[in-house]
Amino acid sequence: MARALINVPKTAKRGQVIEIKTLISHEMETGFRPDRVGKLIPRDIINTFVCSYNGIEVFRADLHPAIAANPFLTFTTVATESGVLDFKWTDDDGKIFAEKANIVVE
Amino acid sequence: MLLSLLAVLLLAPAHAAEIPQAEKKSGYDFMTPETKAMQDELTSNPGMLTVLDGEALWNRKTGAANRACADCHQDASNSMKGVAARYPAFDAARGRPVNLDQRINACRTERQQATPLPPESKDLLALSAYVATQSRGMPIAPPDDPRLKPFREAGEKIYELRQGQLNLSCGQCHDQNWGKKLAGATIPQAHPNGYPLYRLEWQAMGSLQRRLRNCLIGMRAEHYEFGAPEYIDLELYLMSRARGLPIETPAVRP
Repeated sequence: MARALINVPKTAKRGQVIEIKTLISHEMETGFRPDRVGKLIPRDIINTFVCSYNGIEVFRADLHPAIAANPFLTFTTVATESGVLDFKWTDDDGKIFAEKANIVVE
Repeated sequence: MLLSLLAVLLLAPAHAAEIPQAEKKSGYDFMTPETKAMQDELTSNPGMLTVLDGEALWNRKTGAANRACADCHQDASNSMKGVAARYPAFDAARGRPVNLDQRINACRTERQQATPLPPESKDLLALSAYVATQSRGMPIAPPDDPRLKPFREAGEKIYELRQGQLNLSCGQCHDQNWGKKLAGATIPQAHPNGYPLYRLEWQAMGSLQRRLRNCLIGMRAEHYEFGAPEYIDLELYLMSRARGLPIETPAVRP
């Protein structure tokens, strides 16, 4: 069960730079750690994060094994129009975690 | 004569004065501004992920009784408010104090007729984090239950006991040398006011017992099993020592 916390301002002025914060629960298993019998635990990390604003991609990040568990990403974008921000995290198993947030632009 | 002299020498430094109320500091006060910010803002506090899991578990029916925590206790923000600030509490059935985790498991086995959750399991941490969060900001207020007294004293004894290959007591670091450095880290006053908490070193949530175990291993002493009465006694003493400090669950610590 992956859980995400998203912090997007509910309202913004047109043209304003808004800060978006995202936090998702994920083990971020590096692939370098041995288990109890010395076998490597297979890598399982979130490798891609994408944020789109009304269908247009505004932020993308590639994540690597040195990133801690429960990755926290903060970025900014310009509030252009009211609508939906879509967040998508993809991990090594191909699992996709998706979240949405609404914003009203005046 | 020689024996008594030896006893004096050995006992002399063992008992240090407790930290005065005005000088009591939460572990929070020793953290960097970045870590403080992480704890303060609930959308960046990774402990909140666990709290949300706990909320879901609170409302989920489980066990042979097919009952959820919420079926008896209703809204946790009401019924569980202040609970974490006064635990461990005396349990008449067991004849000894129990902590929050043990109380949750007692409820599971007796009321929900479900299997108890293993110590440090995700679900147990989630439930106790959710319950403890309801007391966020409230001062620690251990009850004046006379039945708790012998256990609190036993906890204090463990706190003052020099143990392990390094021959250290808890008090030698946390009463006598708090604020100073142990390698790169500042020694805090050891107040249990944010558990279960998210520790950056663990990259996970953990209970007070996990933290105590960490300290004992650091002292190269033998640690107790999870749920051991010694841990509960110690928690009882630590909570009375931290009287007045606000509950910070889910806290973030380095």
